[in-house]
Amino acid sequence: MALAQVKIEATEERLNTLDMPQEGWSTAAREDALMRLRSMGLPSRRDEYWKYTRPDTLVQPTAPDAAVLHTDEVPVFDALGRLKIVFVDGVFSADESDDLTLEGVTIERLAGATADIHWAKGLYGVLENNGQNPVERPLAALNTAYATDGVLIHVTGTPSKPINLIYRHISNSSDAILHHVLKIDKGAEVTILENGPAAARFNKCMEIDVADGAKFHHVRAQGRDHERRAATHIFARLGTESSFKSFTLTANGVMTRNECVIELTGDDAHATVAGAALGDGDFHHDDTVFITHDAVNCESRQVFKKVLRNGATGVFQGKILVKSGAQKTDGYQISQSLLLDEDSQFLAKPELEIYADDVACSHGSTSGAIDEEALFYLRSRGVPVGEATDMLTLSFLAEAVEEIEHSTLAEEINERLAAWLARRRG
Amino acid sequence: MAALDNGTETGVKEGVDQETVNAVREVGGAYKYGWSTDIEMEYAPKGLNEDIVRLISSKNDEPEWMLEWRLEAYRRWLAKTEPAWAMVDYPEIDFQDQYYYARPKSMAVKPKSLDEVDPKLLATYAKLGIPLKEQMILAGVEGAEDIDAEAPRKVAVDAVFDSVSVGTTFQDELKKAGVIFCSISEAIKEHPELVKKYLGTVVPVSDNYYATLNSAVFSDGSFVYIPPGVRCPMELSTYFRINAENTGQFERTLIIADKGSYVSYLEGCTAPMRDESQLHAAVVEIIIEEDAEVKYSTVQNWYPGDENGKGGIYNFVTKRADCRGDRAKVMWTQVETGSAVTWKYPSCILRGNESQGEFYSIAIANNMQQADTGTKMIHLGKDTKSRIVSKGISAGKAQNTYRGLVSMHPKAKDARNFTQCDSLLIGDQCGAHTVPYIEVKNNSARVEHEATTSKVDDEQLFYCRQRGIGEEDAVALVVNGFCKEVLQALPMEFAMEAQQLVAISLEGSVG
Repeated sequence: MALAQVKIEATEERLNTLDMPQEGWSTAAREDALMRLRSMGLPSRRDEYWKYTRPDTLVQPTAPDAAVLHTDEVPVFDALGRLKIVFVDGVFSADESDDLTLEGVTIERLAGATADIHWAKGLYGVLENNGQNPVERPLAALNTAYATDGVLIHVTGTPSKPINLIYRHISNSSDAILHHVLKIDKGAEVTILENGPAAARFNKCMEIDVADGAKFHHVRAQGRDHERRAATHIFARLGTESSFKSFTLTANGVMTRNECVIELTGDDAHATVAGAALGDGDFHHDDTVFITHDAVNCESRQVFKKVLRNGATGVFQGKILVKSGAQKTDGYQISQSLLLDEDSQFLAKPELEIYADDVACSHGSTSGAIDEEALFYLRSRGVPVGEATDMLTLSFLAEAVEEIEHSTLAEEINERLAAWLARRRG
Repeated sequence: MAALDNGTETGVKEGVDQETVNAVREVGGAYKYGWSTDIEMEYAPKGLNEDIVRLISSKNDEPEWMLEWRLEAYRRWLAKTEPAWAMVDYPEIDFQDQYYYARPKSMAVKPKSLDEVDPKLLATYAKLGIPLKEQMILAGVEGAEDIDAEAPRKVAVDAVFDSVSVGTTFQDELKKAGVIFCSISEAIKEHPELVKKYLGTVVPVSDNYYATLNSAVFSDGSFVYIPPGVRCPMELSTYFRINAENTGQFERTLIIADKGSYVSYLEGCTAPMRDESQLHAAVVEIIIEEDAEVKYSTVQNWYPGDENGKGGIYNFVTKRADCRGDRAKVMWTQVETGSAVTWKYPSCILRGNESQGEFYSIAIANNMQQADTGTKMIHLGKDTKSRIVSKGISAGKAQNTYRGLVSMHPKAKDARNFTQCDSLLIGDQCGAHTVPYIEVKNNSARVEHEATTSKVDDEQLFYCRQRGIGEEDAVALVVNGFCKEVLQALPMEFAMEAQQLVAISLEGSVG
């Protein structure tokens, strides 16, 4: 179907504000992505896939302003031994970053890697392109075409410490586009941490190829700057007996759309995508997950919890697609919201599409207020109402946090959740 | 509807005994109602335009306001596009290559009573197992212990054949109770004030593509009005039969349950086997006032097409109930076994405080069938409750989709919803899909949704086989167990037939 004129115009208007970087090896992939983008157009509020989230501010030519949050607290993951890679408003900061050498891994920058034959050529824009079917993700195509920087991480062994991508935000009007590519070799294992608001508006794409028997761990804490906006995509391809685990904490942010597209292509692979979102007031958070089972005996889990108050909106669109032949699939999906007051809302579309008969797939979705009986129980034992509410809220979120494999990381996340709640209790 | 059989016709005798199952199997597990009646028909010219709309209106002898209503709908329909979001795939429908009106010639002058109806038509319904003679009582429930032998259960039937209503039984007895039960064409003439007041108020003229089409060209259907405080003395039912070739059936049903009333309504449908697909686009509107209750049960058994997907009915139906008054209650129960393509979402608007909506569904798709069905529960009033139990079964190369919406509006304080949708896959060529939309806009509302997909459990099958039950029967047994929750919600007349249908629809799917 031909694109509506208004969509073409909106897309071109946005493209006019961008310059495609000329980096040698990635040029062909960028040009392909631009063609893709032009054929689908940027999302509009009438698109079914954007039914619950208005894409306007993510699509408009310039980023709406977002004030920088100033706080004295210690940034998340600071206490951990890690390799730091820092981007400030989307620009790599060599001063703040560690030396990019680490055993078991080679790290290069997208902006610097000009060699004509590059390993990332087989992945850059490739997994993103695979993820465009059956549902279009125009913002990811835009990212592939116009990303200004990012990291290319080739994991060959098991690095001794996590790699931490830190996104600092210092300008009220910054508009950043970053694209990372990870290739995890057979049997290798890596942990990637991400944190920070990144920019007033942030478009980020991460493509991850997890080879047979490889493991990928990912914990991310999106920055708390209240007015920041983000559209992020993860595209992952999983080989035989590989494992993929991703957890995202989102506290605040006026607009967040996190898409995760995973394809289980090798037998006995495992994927977990989990998230905890805390929203207060003018907060819109959207988790859109699409997991495709295309191999035998794979397991996937989606665990999403949202705590919403003062008119905050939480969205979950999750899908498990089991292709014909993907027998013995075990698919699990749960999305729950806790609405702390009358003005908040939760909108969910948990989908299953199944073409194989020997599978066990289940999904659940619930929404409601704090359990009055549980609250009464705690209060009758002398716990003040504010603390009791926080305790119940934390226990509600626990199921998502438990999906994090490393206990130190899970503890770190739990502390952040508790601190957020405590700050609101005043 | 075969359970409504009077027991005298061969081939439609129903029961749950093995003998019957075997008898059915001998027919090759094929569609039982695929024969056609050879009867002289009168058609409107093929195609659709304003003249056809006028013709249908004049054939029904309608007042001017009704014609205007239809023409308005037709004009709106022209501006609409066919929806493409459902997970169904079928060749483009040529809306000009259909007949929009077909009636048996003998119905040109409406018979005054059933005695005057063309015997061929009566024989058709007898063969389908529909008693159009009032002395006949339901087969299958006779002698059942919990039924008072002094007062055999009666079911009043409105029989619709292609575009016209053939006759409605028990009208006099119902009249005594104050109940109006007649064809909608009759109601437009006899009770214009009621029709004017309610028609199109639940499903507006421009609601969706097919409802708009129906509003323009509906030819007949049933009308029910239950006055305040009346418990309808018997079950009401409409039986739809498509007989003519290349003819679409567009029926319209309007049910009004006034304050404190109760009615249980059954709907059945069949069609002959034809190589060409046929269109069926119905609209059902139900209005439920304060403290009233309506139970609407359907066994949908349109011709599903052959195993290669040739022929069959395209079933595009809009059904909606509006609980206008406080404590109004509606219950939709459906067993969907037929049709090549099903596109149907019986919905509940829970406007009155403490109103309740329930939806129980079994959708079975075999061979090349495609079903995209589910419900919408729209909670507007306080303390409203809804429950959705949907069981989808796919076999052969069929695709079966549950699509539903649960919406809690900001004012629906303390509203509750529970949704359970399960899918069962029989064979590795079919598909089962779940597309629920959940919209919660207030925190006192509690919504719970769960869904599972699984295959027929090998252990359960083994258990049955071990006890000497044949493989197909064992599958039917397991499936019946899976469907139990829904089957139990059906009126008894339907429950038995539905169980049987569950077995028949799966015939040949094992192995």
